[in-house]
Amino acid sequence: MTGLSRLVATTAFKLSLAYMLVAALFAGGLIAYVGASARGLIDAQIGQTLSAQINGLSDQYRIGGLRRLQTIIERRSAQPGSFLFLVQGPGGETLAGNITGLSMGSGAANEAVEATYQRIEDGEGGATSASRAALVKVMQLPGNNRLLVGRDLEERERLNAVLNQAIRWLILALVGFGGVGAFFVARRVLARMDAMTDTTQRIMAGDLSGRLPVSGSGDELDRLAQNLNAMLVRIGELMQGMKEVSDNVAHDLRTPLTRLRNSAEAALRGTSSKAEYRQALARVIEESDGLIGTFNALLMIARAEAGSGADAFKPVDVGALLADVQDMYEPVAEEAGVALTADVPSDLQVDGSRELLSQAIANLIDNALKYGRPKDGAPAIHITAERDGASLRLSVADNGAGIPPELCARAVERFARLDESRTKPGSGLGLSLVAAIAHLHRGQLRLEPGAQGLSQPGLRAVMDLPVLA
Amino acid sequence: MVAGMKILIVEDDTDAAGYLVKAFAEAGHVADHARDGLTGYGMASEHPAGEGGYECLIIDRMLPRMDGLTVIKGLREQGLETPVIILSALAQVDDRVKGLRAGGDDYLTKPYAFSELLARVEILARRKSPQVVDTSYVVADLKLDRLSHKVTRGNEEIPLQPREFRLLEYLMQNAGRVVTRTMLLEKVWDYHFDPGTNVIDVHMSRLRGKIDKGQGRPLLHTVRGAGYMVRDGA
Repeated sequence: MTGLSRLVATTAFKLSLAYMLVAALFAGGLIAYVGASARGLIDAQIGQTLSAQINGLSDQYRIGGLRRLQTIIERRSAQPGSFLFLVQGPGGETLAGNITGLSMGSGAANEAVEATYQRIEDGEGGATSASRAALVKVMQLPGNNRLLVGRDLEERERLNAVLNQAIRWLILALVGFGGVGAFFVARRVLARMDAMTDTTQRIMAGDLSGRLPVSGSGDELDRLAQNLNAMLVRIGELMQGMKEVSDNVAHDLRTPLTRLRNSAEAALRGTSSKAEYRQALARVIEESDGLIGTFNALLMIARAEAGSGADAFKPVDVGALLADVQDMYEPVAEEAGVALTADVPSDLQVDGSRELLSQAIANLIDNALKYGRPKDGAPAIHITAERDGASLRLSVADNGAGIPPELCARAVERFARLDESRTKPGSGLGLSLVAAIAHLHRGQLRLEPGAQGLSQPGLRAVMDLPVLA
Repeated sequence: MVAGMKILIVEDDTDAAGYLVKAFAEAGHVADHARDGLTGYGMASEHPAGEGGYECLIIDRMLPRMDGLTVIKGLREQGLETPVIILSALAQVDDRVKGLRAGGDDYLTKPYAFSELLARVEILARRKSPQVVDTSYVVADLKLDRLSHKVTRGNEEIPLQPREFRLLEYLMQNAGRVVTRTMLLEKVWDYHFDPGTNVIDVHMSRLRGKIDKGQGRPLLHTVRGAGYMVRDGA
């Protein structure tokens, strides 16, 4: 497409043209209406003056007969800008007057009628002017004579001409300005669109750092660009996350896969005893179970983050759910010497999955059991559920060493393990799975220092979920 | 243990099926293999249980020629009530629900341990034999009354927590059969996730402390690499 045809094809150009057309039609209509009204007014005024004239003349005729009438008409005809007069005999012959060649349109008696005439110029020779338009009124005089009084319509025609010209100029101006305006509007819009298209093409080509230009005027294109930019930021974050995850997957799956392969290889090499073979095979099974666990957690996180499963949500009794999980972990906690307590009000409900929420709480308790032991004093884990406005706050707190506030956000990330050496057991997916489950329930997970109801500050994992109204 | 059973495995992975056939034979059962859904459907409907036919069907969810769930629906519509275990790579809760709704009796996610599958097959096959709702279970001198929720060993009443009662109830209902940790999680807690650490083992050692402690012969046994079993004798 050429530049001009692209410009003409824009919505902005078409809209501008359409508005211009509507404006032109409207203005033209208005002027025509004013013209018609003015014309009607002029006609009415002329009609009234004609009636006055004709009544006056017929009175004179009645008083002084034809002669008197002829004298008066001659006198009045001599005045500049005079009326038109014509007195005709019974046979239609001209008895007096200043016009000739009259041709009248039809019309009711006593009504002013449009006609054309020729004016008899001053002086002898009977020269006449060109045919002109007039409004005339006729009266039958006694003695079968006819009196016609008329008024030239030149004024009205001039008004018409002025108005017609006004309409022409107006339309010309509108088309001119409108066309130019449409051109500039379209060009401006097109330029911004082209800039956006260029950026999106760069982004599609793989450069996610590109951002759509924002003019700063706050118009709809700016809002669109801002939203698209926010979307790009989010996509960038997700891509970055994907990259980190794939790096971590590579690490967390390759390492046990290597161990698995190595132990199988080692068993095959040389001559091992039957017991050694069995031991190697047991190790292989153990490693593959670990791998399956990591793999399942990754899949669940991916599914929860994609929002899959939210359609099967049902109202869940939070109190019963927490009591079940507490009940399950209570013996383990007791064996480990940890006091596991819960403070849960009844009749709290959320819309969600009992299975997933139980798993989230179980993961948090498992974490607290593994990492939340204080250096001295009795370890304790406290579960709470409380309603805070429209949200439900589920928390699992321990009284262990806690983690520095600046690391709280990082701990929720996938594969994040705060000991960089990754020596403690765990796939590093527990908290990210909890975060994904919270996210799936339209809530969020955060970690904060300070344990409620426990003697020492430790770590508190809080899930804020929207409560069922 | 459980007397030898006839089992049909409908699975398109012939290596995996061959391994299963061999493993079931070692456990004292006879297993046949069908390679696709349609063949499996034909074999299952021609040899119903009770007439020397298959007592348990193990059906993969994704099969060539006829989908696993369709096979199960078809068999159920025919009135065949042979217990069915669905094997599937789809592990989500809603996949499980879909499978059970189609007529499956149990759902096992791949990859699984053979001991898990074997335990489930043996328990399912027994469950479908004459359906009697027992009001009490007795193993040696251990008695569990389901109506009064009382457990006695000899003449002594053993106080149990509600959860411990349900654990023991499930174990005694399947006395003489292996019950896996996953099965306990599913039946007693209705959880389908792995709670990590040794949560179930600690529950079981508590229960054992209550019913076997100070008794001459233990009744609650740990089956290495598989799970637990309530049984009279070592």
